[in-house]
Amino acid sequence: MKVTITKSDFDKILVHARKEAPLEACGLIAGSDHDGIREIQKVYLLTNVDHTSEHFSLDPKEQLSAVLDMRKSGLKPLGNWHSHPASPSRSSQEDIRLAFDHTASYLILSLMDDAHPVLHSFHVENGVSEQEELVIVE
Amino acid sequence: MRIQVSGETKEVKDGITISELIQEEKVETPEYVSVSVNEEFIQKSDFDTLSLKEGDRVEFLYFMGGGR
Repeated sequence: MKVTITKSDFDKILVHARKEAPLEACGLIAGSDHDGIREIQKVYLLTNVDHTSEHFSLDPKEQLSAVLDMRKSGLKPLGNWHSHPASPSRSSQEDIRLAFDHTASYLILSLMDDAHPVLHSFHVENGVSEQEELVIVE
Repeated sequence: MRIQVSGETKEVKDGITISELIQEEKVETPEYVSVSVNEEFIQKSDFDTLSLKEGDRVEFLYFMGGGR
């Protein structure tokens, strides 16, 4: 699976994650999905109701609002994103355990080196996380 | 009767409960699913007793979370 995200949406995630740090930040992604290419067309910035630097849980009310907005906008839910303020961009054991949707892309933004933020996308299925090709486009 | 499930119109039996709908829709890992009806979240303790009505709009939302 190839995933694309625009530079402006990447920046939107980055700005929000930096603002929320050292807490984990999170949200949803939506767009289109065809011919093996998943195009992120909108990112949603949601509240991490855990309010910690080690965990995140999406606010269910905001999640519902985002899902309804996606439907109204003709966008497909593609997955979610969250930040790792002080650890690498890789799926933790908890990320894998709580990844219930094997059709989703799970984006993780690492701010471990703030000057060089790293965003990767992962596919998680049967307890295995595999990195997907992620391309930032203009 | 007709209701909407995740935006799609479905024909279901009159008075179907949330629990019955979860089974009918084959919702996976339902313990990690929140349910809203007409944009109001339903307590899990009401899943067995709350009967849906014609035209209700139901959403199944998977818990999304993780950790470092």
